[in-house]
Amino acid sequence: MSSPDVVVIGGGIIGAAIARELASAKLSVVIVERAFAGAGSTGAAMGHLVVMGDSRGELALTVHSRKRWHEWLRQAPPSTEPAHTGTIWIAADDAELAAAKRKAVALARGGVATELLDRGQLHEAEPELAPDLVGGLRIPDDMVCYPPAAARWLADEAIRLGAEWIEGRVIGIESGRVRLSDGRSIAAEHVVVAAGPWSTELLPELPLIPRRGHLAISSRTPIRLHHQVIELGYLASAHSMDAASVAFNIQPRTTGQLLIGSSRELVGFDTAINRSLLARMLHHAQRFVPAVSRVPISRVWTGFRPAVADATPLIGRWPAPGNLWVATGHEGLGITMAPGTAELITAAITGDTPPIDPLPYRPDRDLQQSGEAAA
Amino acid sequence: MSDTTIVVNGVPRRVPEGVSLAVALWRLGIHSFRRDSTGRPRAPLCAMGSCHECRVVIDGHADQRSCLVEVREGMKVELPT
Repeated sequence: MSSPDVVVIGGGIIGAAIARELASAKLSVVIVERAFAGAGSTGAAMGHLVVMGDSRGELALTVHSRKRWHEWLRQAPPSTEPAHTGTIWIAADDAELAAAKRKAVALARGGVATELLDRGQLHEAEPELAPDLVGGLRIPDDMVCYPPAAARWLADEAIRLGAEWIEGRVIGIESGRVRLSDGRSIAAEHVVVAAGPWSTELLPELPLIPRRGHLAISSRTPIRLHHQVIELGYLASAHSMDAASVAFNIQPRTTGQLLIGSSRELVGFDTAINRSLLARMLHHAQRFVPAVSRVPISRVWTGFRPAVADATPLIGRWPAPGNLWVATGHEGLGITMAPGTAELITAAITGDTPPIDPLPYRPDRDLQQSGEAAA
Repeated sequence: MSDTTIVVNGVPRRVPEGVSLAVALWRLGIHSFRRDSTGRPRAPLCAMGSCHECRVVIDGHADQRSCLVEVREGMKVELPT
């Protein structure tokens, strides 16, 4: 096998986006994927393309990436289900409404358009919401896509630009060479590990932990939501690492289905459905959208987010012999952050100017310290 | 093999006893079980409950996977024509 400039390990949204970006920078690229595009964390992601500013570096990366997604979705095929739904962060009480106002101020600093909704405006925008909800924060430029199809499209784009796609399982990385389980080995100038929470199989020192989530999708239903709706309480749940938690998040899909999330728990890589947590998640969804109780659920499934203690992804050079790079740890924002991640890695490899300051995402940063900075 | 009667879109039909509803419908020459969001016909693919393409209305209950349900005397089935 010829020696490419770069081997990218992982054909999820992150690996596919990186391969495409590298290939358009005229580098020769081989993608190694052990199953199919988006088979791992990507396939268990809801597909929000959202701005968030809750940890160090999160605002810059989501704002930049969302801008790129607006361009990407103009070129993407219909299979990627681009939907310009916007997001409404829902306040259940006055304390959460105050949090919405603080969030609006923080997002405005990143140049993000927001719109505070009082009770009347909230229920006018989304009549299916429970009447006692007091308001919300609308982010009009947020979007939704169908992640596995988006990963497939990006991989196809990379291949069209000259990248080679290999099905195989990487079992080891040595300086400038990756070894596959079938005996093949590929020498490359650079190796990028973008294998989501499974990246620790290759680099055990990565500070990653698989955080399991459940999703449920309904049959096509006449119940209409116009925005992706998320509870403001989501942040408290998303940031507490220890206990199993649920947070309300529903997306109206272009198919007329409702995608219902979310849950978080630390159980290793066990894929089994946790029925009591699933029940809690659906019950919680009914508290915000009572009509959910009448919606037939077609499927439920679990997946694993690649989580990092300071809630910031790991993007950049990994201290090891050879040119080794990592791009993972996006937890629940991998789809959103794929474009910026791809540009950061490509700029680092080619020596070009990065689109945003790469420092907050350094994979070998002191997590303790950056965790405190985020809190 | 003895027969049983199911009611498909209001019409009584004789089908073999002991088979899955998906098989019974297929044997009746029915190959469009449901429609996708663009109106295209869909038919059973996996016949083991995974693909959800064989969903029909059984006795008023929507989205029942016909490949997992055995035919029963008097079962009422609705599907798009």
